[in-house]
Amino acid sequence: MVDKTLELFDCGHRACGGCGAALAARLITKAAGTETIVVSSTGCMEVFSTPYPETAWKVPWIHSLFENTSAVASGIEAALKKQGRKEKIVVLAGDGATFDIGMICISGAFERGHDFTYICYDNEAYMNTGIQRSGATPYDASTTTSPAGKCSFGNKRPKKDMPQILAAHGAPYIATASIAYPADLMKKVEMAINTKGPCYIQVHAPCCTGWGFEGEKTIAVAKLAIETGLWVNYEMVEGKVVKVKKVVRKPVEEYLKTQKRFRHLFKPTRQDAEIAAIQAIADRNAEKYAIDIKLKKE
Amino acid sequence: MTLSIGCRARPGKARNNKTGSWRVFKPVFDQEKCTKCGLCMTLCPEGCVHETEEGFVAPDYTYCKGCGVCAEECPGGAITMIQEEK
Amino acid sequence: MMEITEGSHAVAEAIRLCRPQVISAYPITPQTHIVEALAEMVANCQLDAEYLTVDNELSALSACVGASAAGSRTYSATTSQGLALMFEVCFNASGMRLPIVMSIANRAMGAPLSIWNDQQDSISLRDSGWLQFYAEDNQEATDLHFLAYRVAEDHSVLLPAFVCFDGFILSHTYEPIDMLSQEDVDRFLPPFSPYERLDAADPISFGMYATPDYYLEFRYEMDRALKESKAIIQKRGNEFGQMFGRDYSAMVEGYRLEDAETAIVAMGSICGTTKDAIDEMRDEGKKAGLLKIRVFRPFPDEEIAKLLSHVQRVAVLDKNISLGAKGAVALEVKDALYGSGIPVKDYIIGLGGRDVRKKDIKAIVALAEKGQGDMFYGLRREVL
Repeated sequence: MVDKTLELFDCGHRACGGCGAALAARLITKAAGTETIVVSSTGCMEVFSTPYPETAWKVPWIHSLFENTSAVASGIEAALKKQGRKEKIVVLAGDGATFDIGMICISGAFERGHDFTYICYDNEAYMNTGIQRSGATPYDASTTTSPAGKCSFGNKRPKKDMPQILAAHGAPYIATASIAYPADLMKKVEMAINTKGPCYIQVHAPCCTGWGFEGEKTIAVAKLAIETGLWVNYEMVEGKVVKVKKVVRKPVEEYLKTQKRFRHLFKPTRQDAEIAAIQAIADRNAEKYAIDIKLKKE
Repeated sequence: MTLSIGCRARPGKARNNKTGSWRVFKPVFDQEKCTKCGLCMTLCPEGCVHETEEGFVAPDYTYCKGCGVCAEECPGGAITMIQEEK
Repeated sequence: MMEITEGSHAVAEAIRLCRPQVISAYPITPQTHIVEALAEMVANCQLDAEYLTVDNELSALSACVGASAAGSRTYSATTSQGLALMFEVCFNASGMRLPIVMSIANRAMGAPLSIWNDQQDSISLRDSGWLQFYAEDNQEATDLHFLAYRVAEDHSVLLPAFVCFDGFILSHTYEPIDMLSQEDVDRFLPPFSPYERLDAADPISFGMYATPDYYLEFRYEMDRALKESKAIIQKRGNEFGQMFGRDYSAMVEGYRLEDAETAIVAMGSICGTTKDAIDEMRDEGKKAGLLKIRVFRPFPDEEIAKLLSHVQRVAVLDKNISLGAKGAVALEVKDALYGSGIPVKDYIIGLGGRDVRKKDIKAIVALAEKGQGDMFYGLRREVL
């Protein structure tokens, strides 16, 4: 039984005040417990937690490179198997490390069926290097490499559907989660690490610095993402969606207005067509995952 | 301090970095209004909000960065952010 | 036990005897026979190891990083393009001080694509902090793996090691090999005892980042460990000799060098051909000798300077070239001989698998005697 009162991610780390990823690290290690080996990619979480000799990790932890967490985890899993050890292996990697540069390694590890849990903390851009666009950056988000400008509305491409890709690899358990719902996140972590085989969790971790909002609003922004349908919390077992968080949906504008990365959709002029396109994304999510709570008509 | 082999460390030294010095605003906890729901303890990105020996809920000001998440999320409005006195 | 076996199979058997717990394998010519042989051993319960058929070479070495950090003896093999693909992992593995052993079946670097032998691949990683052993023949290719693990895993070394042997020339040829028994290897190579490992019972953070206040010192420690590994190579190589009759304590070896006027310096299988050429030259009255380099990293500068101190000229055979400069071995030999006044000439030879024959070696000695060198030997001007 995991003692969930333990703090396995120490104070003194150098994350920005209000950091969504820091909260994710805290909650995930809490849910996973002491018998866990964490493999981190290069990125915000690795950098703010391990400037030599100060480490915030109270579980065994390894950082190798940016793209190879899944391969490193594969090697650890093989070693533990041979040594007859029972520690669980959890990868903690950002969206850049997962959606982009890590694709080869993650595909290989999932194809080989290693028993580990891959958790992507999704702050929707390469934050550590200064807010550049990744495959997880949502449509029309302004980043430093997809900036909004006179002839651009920001990121031109929709978010890559990583859960679906990994479901196609035969992952037995996949979930999306958010720091807005910590108990739900922790339950999903527990489920994943106790499910044999390669499991994937994608955790929405809003970034106040990169998205442009005050640190105190991190949870509020995360909630709005879900309430507008731009982020859906769901679980997949053997490739089939089994559970979805339903919402009484709010218009996407309520979410977009909170963040500077979408400011160009409202100032200097309101971009109705773009906002409508984003609403369409939310509507498609709503239909695909059936997230709308149908209110009884009077 | 002897240099580690291969840039490694055992836990503990992160605590040398007293991030409380980052604060511009400081959360003040009203123990009367606190219902001990525990949400602040769960949501603090530093993990520095604890139940004290006396049974109160309070942040460890040595590490509290003053981000304000606890104040924003407290359902009972028991936490207020005030400007740090320098 | 003497057996006639293919180089790759001999290496695979050597690895089996080293009892690795985790093997990660990605196929690339001419290393494929090694990883195939290991797979067969695992499939037939002759080797109790986790065998990972990884998705690419970067993953191959990364899996070794994970396995080694978790406390298991681990192995991989690659060459050329594969080694280049895992370039950043090589620096990562050495920086993290993980004693991984990897076979390199030396092959030329593309472009242009070539599957044939030269030593450009491993030599291009001479900065990486890995030990580098070069085998003259398949007996050495076999034995050097035992030595590599013994040295790499020593707590005063804790650096990964390449065991290099020429692709096709050694990997795919049959030679008589005196293969050690399991009892023999167990006597020489104890089970892996990691200095530290990933373990919930004693949590450690591996691979933290170093600010400018610390980075220099970490690199200094690596350099120190690599240089001081000379003593460990000497000790364990000597031990191997005491136990099994083949002494590997010397990082360099002279052949008919004591009274040589012209010294040829070479690494790898070319040494065999060179020794035969030297015998012929000696019969013809020419005082030629060979300085064979068996360990390239750490670089045996003092040892080279000592053994070459009496010669009149040095001809370095380089199966590589630092494009825009010279052959890497020649540049380092020159550095070792700096101040001696002995002329060193560089001959780029055998690139991309071009055959090197005794007459080529003899022609090179003749060129060296005339003071001609620093050239691509045997350039086919008719195709230029």
